[in-house]
Amino acid sequence: MRVGLFATCLTDTFFPETAKATVRLLERLGCRVEFPLAQTCCGQMHFNTGYAKQAKPLARDYAELFGDYDAVVAPSGSCTGMVRDIHPGLTASPIAARTYELSEFLVDVLEVTEVGAYFPHRVTYHPTCHSLRMLGVGEKPLRLLRAVRGLDLVELPESSSCCGFGGTFAVKNAETSTAMLTDKMHHVIGTAAEVLTAGDNSCLMHIGGGLSRLRSGVRPVHLAEILASTEEEPWSSATR
Amino acid sequence: MVVRNPVTWLGTPAFPKAAKDALANTQLRRNLRNATSTIRGKRAAAVAELPDWERLRAAGAAIKDEVLANLDTYLIRLEAAVTARGGTVHWARDAAEANAIALRLIRATGETEVVKVKSMATAEIGLNEALAEGGVTAIETDLAELIVQLGEDRPSHILVPAIHRNRAEIKEIFQRAMPDVPADLTSEPRALAEAARRHLRRKFLSAKVAISGANFGVAETGSIVVVESEGNGRMCLTLPETLITVMGIEKVVPSWPDLEVFLQLLPRSSTAERMNPYTSVWTGVTPGDGPQAFHLILLDNGRTATLADEVGRQSLRCIRCSACLNVCPVYERTGGEAYGSVYPGPIGAILTPQLVNDPKDKQAASLPFASSLCGACYEVCPVSINIPEVLTHLRARVVENKSSLAPEAIAMRALAWVMADAKRFERAQQAGTLARFLGRDGKITRLPWPGSKWTDVRDVPVPPAESFRSWWRRTRGDQ
Repeated sequence: MRVGLFATCLTDTFFPETAKATVRLLERLGCRVEFPLAQTCCGQMHFNTGYAKQAKPLARDYAELFGDYDAVVAPSGSCTGMVRDIHPGLTASPIAARTYELSEFLVDVLEVTEVGAYFPHRVTYHPTCHSLRMLGVGEKPLRLLRAVRGLDLVELPESSSCCGFGGTFAVKNAETSTAMLTDKMHHVIGTAAEVLTAGDNSCLMHIGGGLSRLRSGVRPVHLAEILASTEEEPWSSATR
Repeated sequence: MVVRNPVTWLGTPAFPKAAKDALANTQLRRNLRNATSTIRGKRAAAVAELPDWERLRAAGAAIKDEVLANLDTYLIRLEAAVTARGGTVHWARDAAEANAIALRLIRATGETEVVKVKSMATAEIGLNEALAEGGVTAIETDLAELIVQLGEDRPSHILVPAIHRNRAEIKEIFQRAMPDVPADLTSEPRALAEAARRHLRRKFLSAKVAISGANFGVAETGSIVVVESEGNGRMCLTLPETLITVMGIEKVVPSWPDLEVFLQLLPRSSTAERMNPYTSVWTGVTPGDGPQAFHLILLDNGRTATLADEVGRQSLRCIRCSACLNVCPVYERTGGEAYGSVYPGPIGAILTPQLVNDPKDKQAASLPFASSLCGACYEVCPVSINIPEVLTHLRARVVENKSSLAPEAIAMRALAWVMADAKRFERAQQAGTLARFLGRDGKITRLPWPGSKWTDVRDVPVPPAESFRSWWRRTRGDQ
């Protein structure tokens, strides 16, 4: 299967290890992965902040650039939600329906839950709002995590409540965002997990930024990096 | 307290500022957290009992949409049916008109005190304040509404206006403001309810005029429906001689079978009950039984304007169940008063700015941004209002009315320009790696404003020396 990787602007710029891990994982599972270098951003930040006009050309570029692929995979539930739910309202986008968040692609399209991963850490999972509600990924990420050898999965209390990121919300309503973040961090720290994972680097950057400020010792690690980690090529903290 | 702009409260600051003040009130946060988490769990259980919940939701949404598409027809049918049964229908374009009609009707009876069953429509138009200016005292008979009234407070929730108060605070309010308060009042719920009951009983028995809202109006028979849990509504709707009902025009439903759908959706969504305790239905007047004069005031107050907006009109499906408030993470932290309106929470964030319908109103314009777009509200809405969709739609409207020279607008255009071309984007990435000098140990702990709004509480990762696309080109070439 010829898969287009949509790295997302945030992951491309700040978290290249997540995109590398996605490539490694998909190639290990037999996909032919391409990264069209003309890609930039899905336009979510513009659209959600009220700049729909500016988001429109970005949606058009996305549809043109990825139109020929069998499927597009993005290591982000949020950006996938933007493409799938919002792009068709902005521009003709036949590829929108064939754009998948990583865990959906693995479980629904490739039909695998055991991806040969090894990650010997205590991990808790935060289902990001757009993965959960816009895409309805449900248990898919958890099924993938449960199949990882060595991984000790601990449940996050009140996991489905928002972490308070919300894009520009974190800055426009900084105090409210902080109150939401504080409760989320409290739950994460309470699990005694070493690693917090999620399918979105944006939420991980927000929660992880708070956890780092608290010197909590909990590391944010994207789901792709856990699933790509093997005994031969283990995930390394030095790369993040 | 004089209310001039009734949908929103005069003098309330824009949401971020109001929220900041509310967040500082730790007692408020604790009260809200307890209350909302309890009701969330109960609602989920009550909804899970019904195997056809999703179909009921779809039916509720479809009925409301059909009504909204033919609103004129149904309202005229309702008016004809009410009139045929001996009621009188009045049309009010806005708050001032509705308040003037109500005051005129009360004055005609010669009374100066009226009892009220809790009503969002009358709160929206500031009826109590308008009546007070006209020399009429309106007494709220819903327990929570009474607490708010006696505490000279503002309601903070659609269904539970005093959700922000705990038992100890309520006891204190009663002791201060209830004229016939028992000397030995405790903060036991039973004792508080008993004190309120005794206080209200005297009012019910003396009042000659009552004012109500309406949950539904059935067009085919002209029947008005009020659902409530305490029985105070039933007292108001049956004991007085004159009954004045203020109903938003969107509350009409075509027929009784339609009503059945909503009588399932509403109680499970709002109080997590299978059936609400009191469902009162009245049709015009019945000689010798109940109020002998019935007036229905049909209120527009921004609804027609809302109806004209293709995306925004779904807000008018709302049946005021408040399920969206109870699941909203923003509401849970800030409480309702921060929204500056009788309609708080997610539904308030979309309904209030549309009813206010003034692009220059900064407070109303701040409301569509009072959400992280987490989508929990849409998930629980019994009539499937896509609240996140309306929020982003209204944000776009705010942006349209903003100066194109505003710093945010300039930044957004600049960013869109960068993103429109991958080469520009890559150059921006490379420039961004200079930010590595701002950080130590892989993180940046302090940025200048507005970045400080982020770094006040969160570190920022230092951008890596090599972006993913640079890595791809280096290792895989320009394929």
